[in-house]
Amino acid sequence: MTVSDFDNYRPPEPPRRSKRGGKRRRAGAGQGPGETPMVPEAEFTSYYGRPVVKPPPWGDPISAYLFLGGVAGGSALLGLGGQLTGRPELCRNSRLAALASVGIGAAALVADLGRPERFLNMLRTIKPTSPMSLGSWILTAFSAGVGISAASEIDRMTGSRLPLGPLRKVLRTIEGPAGVEAALFATPLSAYTAVLLSDTANPTWNAAREDLPFVFVSSASLAAAGLAMITTPVQQAGPARVLAVLGVAGDLIATRAMEQRMDPVAAEPLREGAPGRMLAWSQWLAAAGGIGVMAGGRHRPVAAACGVALLTASALTRFGVLRAGIRSTEDPRYTIEPQKRRLAARRKAGIVDDSITTPG
Amino acid sequence: MNKLTEAPGHIPHTGHPRKGFFTDTSICIGCKACEVACKEWNRNPHDSEFELLESSYDNTGSLGADTWRHVAFIEQDREHIDKARESGRALVSLGMPGIGPPGAPAAAAGTSPDVDTTPPNTPDFRWLMSSDVCKHCTNAGCLDVCPTGALFRTEHGTVVVQDDVCNGCGTCVAGCPFGVIERRSDGTAGVKGQRDFTPGEQAPTRNVGVAQKCTLCYDRMVDGQTPACAQACPTTSIKYGEREQMVSTAKERVAELHAQGLTEARLYGANDADGVGGTGSVFLLLDEPEVYGLPPDPRVPTADLPRMFKRAGLAAAGMLAAAAAAFLAGGRP
Repeated sequence: MTVSDFDNYRPPEPPRRSKRGGKRRRAGAGQGPGETPMVPEAEFTSYYGRPVVKPPPWGDPISAYLFLGGVAGGSALLGLGGQLTGRPELCRNSRLAALASVGIGAAALVADLGRPERFLNMLRTIKPTSPMSLGSWILTAFSAGVGISAASEIDRMTGSRLPLGPLRKVLRTIEGPAGVEAALFATPLSAYTAVLLSDTANPTWNAAREDLPFVFVSSASLAAAGLAMITTPVQQAGPARVLAVLGVAGDLIATRAMEQRMDPVAAEPLREGAPGRMLAWSQWLAAAGGIGVMAGGRHRPVAAACGVALLTASALTRFGVLRAGIRSTEDPRYTIEPQKRRLAARRKAGIVDDSITTPG
Repeated sequence: MNKLTEAPGHIPHTGHPRKGFFTDTSICIGCKACEVACKEWNRNPHDSEFELLESSYDNTGSLGADTWRHVAFIEQDREHIDKARESGRALVSLGMPGIGPPGAPAAAAGTSPDVDTTPPNTPDFRWLMSSDVCKHCTNAGCLDVCPTGALFRTEHGTVVVQDDVCNGCGTCVAGCPFGVIERRSDGTAGVKGQRDFTPGEQAPTRNVGVAQKCTLCYDRMVDGQTPACAQACPTTSIKYGEREQMVSTAKERVAELHAQGLTEARLYGANDADGVGGTGSVFLLLDEPEVYGLPPDPRVPTADLPRMFKRAGLAAAGMLAAAAAAFLAGGRP
């Protein structure tokens, strides 16, 4: 720094704007005109505020699949229940709902691939370390059972007009076992998506790994029950009403537990911003739907309205959780702060041999 | 590490020692020759529109589908330098095992009478420059979660994407604790200067829609050649060789710097007991890892996978029980 008077004049500084949305943590030094003197800053904790981990390229189709996969799983369970307890309408509607939602969900999954034409590569191998691989096999096995049982229903509804020929007899024989088979894979289908999200380096999803499966199966139960209450007359929808109330209770409890047991910094994206609002609305709608079912679930219009509320609540949960995770990758603080804290905690406990940074 | 996760030692190849990088950032001059050599050899398209990112001389941004080497530039004043030195000293005083090279502990070098161990005057300003790259982890998150088997472990212990198998599901992008792998999107131009283009026209971008990352120049490696970035590095900041050799070189170098009083020097990825089982690309850093944009305590997500499966199984059983209860309590039709 010179002491000459001529250097006192500085041209006006252009306003600084940050590209790529990242917060600049440091005043720039040596960047031509508009150079500012070095100012000491509180803490340099990240590289120009840039993310450490990357967001997966998953958009709304994946959220939709999380929702529809849950609806399909829950519906298959209701379908089997209807089949075993002699509720033909509940059985039929649930089977059709399962087929429709699993079909649309699978299409959404394929649409979100970078190379959709290679979707069959998902079944190239069975990999226990990859929840996506196991999930693909679960989805395939589930779809087979649901497809057969729903085809039989469609055939019955159209008055045996499907061109099946001698296969009709076979179809009628195996529709029951197919329903059982679908129900066998229904709960894994509803739960594996939570593992898929948690088995990542994403700060929020990974921190939620203990309780996210419980949130997802509850959300799946209440959504499928909600759909059944819309499609099925109240006389046969009794089990759906009970399942809806159980699902709501599970959803409210599991979501609370999840947020409380998570790292507080990693839980922030679940409470803040648009994803936070979605999850809050989801909780209110689920609670309202659950209370509505208990109060007036025997009236068809009330039941249908509650069903809509529950389906919306489930969709909001899935979209909210997915978007909160994507959001948690945008700020490096969600990655760095919990990691630094757990490292410091381990060192405090005397574990000093498992750090990636070593003095030699 | 649990038995589920994959590691180079599980199915060992004979006659192929594990290869890796040692990036010594203390002698990096920030020339970006590695970035250029990498782009040219692998014919990676440019990342985005050309723009200035207002982050010192770094206008690349970060590692990604199209950037497999990224040189970070950090400008630090005296206070930061002192802080970095202090944090490095704290690391040494933790008493971690394995300080210094085998047979030549740092303490011995420090007490040698003919070596001046007085720390040099702290300069008022320094530039940290570091060439970042895929870590080729021992327990690789991307490889573990890949559903198609497109990502595989090569005979050299590196992790490579088979671009004709990958269907672009994006799970590996979320699985990487270092934010390295990414799905290549379209809209960027290809590289000129190859035989597969018409002069005057944009060459097509290869492997659009599939996951892309550093291969440690697998194609060069199988021919016994050095990866493009290491070959182009003018200061030998990027070293390439057998991983064991790289780790011991790194340990010698950090002991040397410590003996000079530069306690800010530390290694990143040389510890086989860390969350990713050690990395194939070892770094010598001069400040905390997060300063360079590296995670301070990465952990491969699949390390917790058995526990996650247990929780999911419990949740699934709960759902089944709820459905059964619903039909028991749901009254007669």
